Amino acid sequence: MAEAAAAHHGEHEETTTGLNHRKLLMWAFLGSDCMFFGSLIATYVVYQGKSKVGPFPEDVFSIPITSVSTFVLLMSSMSMVLAYAALTRGNIKVFRVWLASTAIMGMTFLGFQVFEFRDFANYKVELECAHLEPEKLTEFEKTFVDRCTEGVDEFKEQHGLTPRTNLFGTTFFTLTGFHGAHVTLGVIWLLSILFHSFRGGVRPETNLDVDLAALYWHFVDVVWIVIFTVVYLFGVFPGI
Amino acid sequence: MNSLRRRSRALWAGLTLLLILLLAACYPDNPQSTFGVSGPVAQSQLNLFFWIFWAAVFVFVVVGGILMYISIQYRRRPGDADPEQIHGNTPLEIGWTIAPALVLVVIAVPTVLTVFDNLNSPDPDALTIDVVGHQWWFEFKYPHPDGESMVVTANELHVPVGEVVNVNLDSKDVLHSFWIPKIAGKVDLVPGNKNFMWIQADEAGEYLGQCAEFCGEAHALMKFRVVAEPREDFDAWLAGEAAAAEEPVDPLAQQGKALFEGSKAQCWSCHAVTGSDKSRGQTGPNLTHVWSRSHIAAGVIENNQENLRQWLEDPQSIKQGTIMYRDAKIYTDPENKLTDADVAALVAYLQTLD
Amino acid sequence: MTTLAIPIPRRPVHPTGVWGWVTTIDHKRIGILYGVTAFIMFITGGIEALYMRVQLARPEQDLVSPEVFNQLFTMHATTMIFLAIMPMGAAFFNYVIPLQIGARDVAFPRLNAFSYWTFLGGALILKLSWFLGGAPNAGWFGYAPITGIQYNPGHGIDFWIMSLQVLGIASLAAAFNFIVTIINMRAPGMSLMRMPLFTWMTLVTSFLLVLAFPVITVALIELMFDRFFGMNFFVPAKGANPLLWQHLFWIFGHPEVYILILPAMGIISEVIPTFSRKPLFGYPVVVLSGVVIGFMGWMVWSHHMFTVGLGPVANSVFALTTMAIAVPTGVKIFNWMGTMWKGSIEFNTSMLFALGFIWLFIIGGLSGVMHSSAASDAQQQDTYFIVAHIHYVLFGGSIMALLCGVYYWFPKITGRMMNETLGKINFWLVFISMNITFFPMHFIGLDGMPRRIYTYDPDMGWNMWNMVATVGSFALAFSILVFIINAVQSARKGEKASGDPWDGRTLEWSIPSPPPEYNFAQIPTVHGIDAHWIQKREGVPAVPVAGGSDDDGHDIHLPQPSYWPFLASLGLFVGGYGLIYFQSWIGIAFASAGAMLTMISVYAWSFEPVNDPEEEH
Repeated sequence: MAEAAAAHHGEHEETTTGLNHRKLLMWAFLGSDCMFFGSLIATYVVYQGKSKVGPFPEDVFSIPITSVSTFVLLMSSMSMVLAYAALTRGNIKVFRVWLASTAIMGMTFLGFQVFEFRDFANYKVELECAHLEPEKLTEFEKTFVDRCTEGVDEFKEQHGLTPRTNLFGTTFFTLTGFHGAHVTLGVIWLLSILFHSFRGGVRPETNLDVDLAALYWHFVDVVWIVIFTVVYLFGVFPGI
Repeated sequence: MNSLRRRSRALWAGLTLLLILLLAACYPDNPQSTFGVSGPVAQSQLNLFFWIFWAAVFVFVVVGGILMYISIQYRRRPGDADPEQIHGNTPLEIGWTIAPALVLVVIAVPTVLTVFDNLNSPDPDALTIDVVGHQWWFEFKYPHPDGESMVVTANELHVPVGEVVNVNLDSKDVLHSFWIPKIAGKVDLVPGNKNFMWIQADEAGEYLGQCAEFCGEAHALMKFRVVAEPREDFDAWLAGEAAAAEEPVDPLAQQGKALFEGSKAQCWSCHAVTGSDKSRGQTGPNLTHVWSRSHIAAGVIENNQENLRQWLEDPQSIKQGTIMYRDAKIYTDPENKLTDADVAALVAYLQTLD
Repeated sequence: MTTLAIPIPRRPVHPTGVWGWVTTIDHKRIGILYGVTAFIMFITGGIEALYMRVQLARPEQDLVSPEVFNQLFTMHATTMIFLAIMPMGAAFFNYVIPLQIGARDVAFPRLNAFSYWTFLGGALILKLSWFLGGAPNAGWFGYAPITGIQYNPGHGIDFWIMSLQVLGIASLAAAFNFIVTIINMRAPGMSLMRMPLFTWMTLVTSFLLVLAFPVITVALIELMFDRFFGMNFFVPAKGANPLLWQHLFWIFGHPEVYILILPAMGIISEVIPTFSRKPLFGYPVVVLSGVVIGFMGWMVWSHHMFTVGLGPVANSVFALTTMAIAVPTGVKIFNWMGTMWKGSIEFNTSMLFALGFIWLFIIGGLSGVMHSSAASDAQQQDTYFIVAHIHYVLFGGSIMALLCGVYYWFPKITGRMMNETLGKINFWLVFISMNITFFPMHFIGLDGMPRRIYTYDPDMGWNMWNMVATVGSFALAFSILVFIINAVQSARKGEKASGDPWDGRTLEWSIPSPPPEYNFAQIPTVHGIDAHWIQKREGVPAVPVAGGSDDDGHDIHLPQPSYWPFLASLGLFVGGYGLIYFQSWIGIAFASAGAMLTMISVYAWSFEPVNDPEEEH
């Protein structure tokens, strides 16, 4: 029992505001984290369009694929809500199912991110010289048009985007990398709770543990929505 | 009571003395003093400074006086009972919120006016000079009288007296700051950012300038001079600077030139000499007319034969950290080390570049 | 040390001696640890300053090389700001806040211990750089691009980055803790508008910390990535703008200035009412002005950048916001004067320091208003005039107030009074020598001496005042010595202090000196501002509420000591060092070992009960 009391000390404490200490701590932390991501996003925005060499956002981004991963992450938030609801109802088994699905969706999102990073790092400029449509080319691709000389049907050259390539690579990988690190931490947290629940450590009356993890998870989700909008959508459709 | 009054009188006397000291401490004659200024920019900044300074003295005297009075009047005396527990006084507090705001309005208005005046050139078509900061020297570029190329020089800025001069500022490496205290407050040189200021010297003469933004090891020794001279002298100077260097006639100087452009000393790879086919380097100061400058090593030592010799022999002893000492083969590679004869030849050559 | 970690069978039970201190989670002992460490750091920063003053005493000296001089001023400022003033403030937060709000500890006692040990780790990473190949050399605000690998290939900047990152973690953890403690652990009846001013200012400071530190963390991460992995955040050749660093740094840096000064104002707001025997004049206005200062601190950062070329519009706007911040600051000074008005002012050492603070802060504040005028600031920026200003607000402001706080709370902390005679000598020495040291810097600044130069020409007219400043700095060092002698002697042999030696007004004076481990045998009930004064003068009894006990505090369950906070910090320290040398295998090994240790410790910590009744006795 000592252990149970351990993790949930505080819930029985009287506090001035009635809010639990740990919940207040979590809110303070999230406020701080807002400034953290705010600064990273500000850096990205300040350097938008300032890269001296390509590839640029419109070259590498694939909105459909990222939309799928965004959708998965959004759904994970819903699943987290359902997990918490199940716990407060006292239905541990359903809780475990939703919690596991949240973690799995988080991992799926991370998988997408790894795939995307690799894809960007292997980006190739590809031109079908035989039937070029200059108006459909990106700015970066246009710089290679003169490589389509007589007798060349297809031009292909590796121009991978890495954090060193240009300001876009530097700011993009740093921003999304830190978001990915937050998701990773969240997945570890969720899995810890899941394992803990198999040892009987998670009970309806101690739902605060799950509540805190959920709060964090939703926050990370919201940050992604901002990143998706600012980085991906504005990057590909700069007119918006 | 009497001793107290005497003490407070002594305190006031002390404060007055302090104020006098304060005013006397800033000698207008000092070469980089912001007080003995020349030119409208520094003058407007000084006027603004005095305006705020006297406002500050006023505030200090009033607030300090009240504080002093309260401290003396309400000191604890033996047998004092608890004073009345006053928690505040709303009208009073509103009053002393508004009062400082009013003082601030008095300084805010001239501040904003001066900010705009100092950053917007009164004559955008006037002579425009490009200033480029390097670790640790200043490069100055003038429009060539022929209207096409640039005349490049270093560490000695010539300006026509009494005229507006526009200055574009940039840096090749780290941050620097361009500051001639007697002519204008500083503006930073930020790599990649085109900064702008305008200056005007109203009296002919020499003014000192110094880098004011920390820029590394030799930051303290990154200085320059401004020579303000009548228009005709300035034009003559610029024409001289624009001219190519003359071929040396003296055999020793010829030997020096060969060395300068040779593979042993490799001076040419960093320094440019207009008129030479080989010396086109951009990293170091342009030396086309180096002998005409009054100082070398970014205003650190006088330009004479002995100092030139010493500078070439051991730049580190004059300016620690200097890039030439760090990068040039003659200092880093024992095989390329200059002999005394080499140095003498180079000095002879440099002396022909006037 | 790590070997100790593995076979820990059970948590420490009533450890004594060194282990008692290492595993302590008592906010009072942690406060003392913070205070002593910060003071030692203050002395090291002072020694660095003395080196510089000797070098500059006369023109063209060569006591130190330019490179070492650059390291000295970088280390002096970084030390004084991050390792001395901030943790001295934290020392008072730790010791005093729970006592002032009527709590038995902070909200997260182990997190508190973690904050301290992490701070110590960060401090060591910075200070040991002197012995590991050179200290950082780019100034305390490390303007890009001179911090880039191209211009600064050594490890100095890496030490600086890593140290500030680790210190950032410590500061954030502490700030979270104090926000929760102050919001959530106040004694019954202590509404926000009944909190002591020092508590209020701590709350504002904590919010500033929580919001400002992430910004510098990001800036440092970006710089670190540039240096370690060849990224381009601050590389102009790749299109980067070095001003990004300045913006990020000062968006953190200006709130940081208030992080340094608001606790000082809080201390002053405690001391002046106590020794005037009057309540703080216009309490709501003083609170509000503190909050307003904290808020407006976010809107003035570009006044550090008046000369970087932001254009006349930006310069004017930031000049105006900066001037505006003088209003709440002025209001505070007037309210302190209003407090003394018609009071019964006792001029003991603590009160003298408080008055010294006001005088010096007025000077520093007025020179600050001078700088706020963007146009004339072009002549002052980056000169000794700025150096004078910052020392008037940070030494004349923060340090004077912290010394004031030491004299004020020393009896509470040690149970003994500080020697008043030595104290007054101490005050006058500090006050006079401080002015001798820093006032002449106004003159040489206006005479055109840039800051951060290691030498100057004898013809510049700066010789005399530089010599005066150097003489003053040694007098100042001597005055600090007097302080040390007084503190050490008084702690050992000073006159015994009662629980309430000053006829105090706030709750910390309602309990014995030094306070028992559990602080309050009975949690008091608060009936107004100056709770203890009301208890004393109006005879309102402190009604016991929850958590009561007999007078010995036998039934009070306190959090127990723990190894984990210390070990988690140790992991950060080791890992931080590893990251600096990440290009070698040893570095990677250290970084991984540190990360593992921290992770294991945090994990074990989260499953360890805060207090475990079965193991208590």
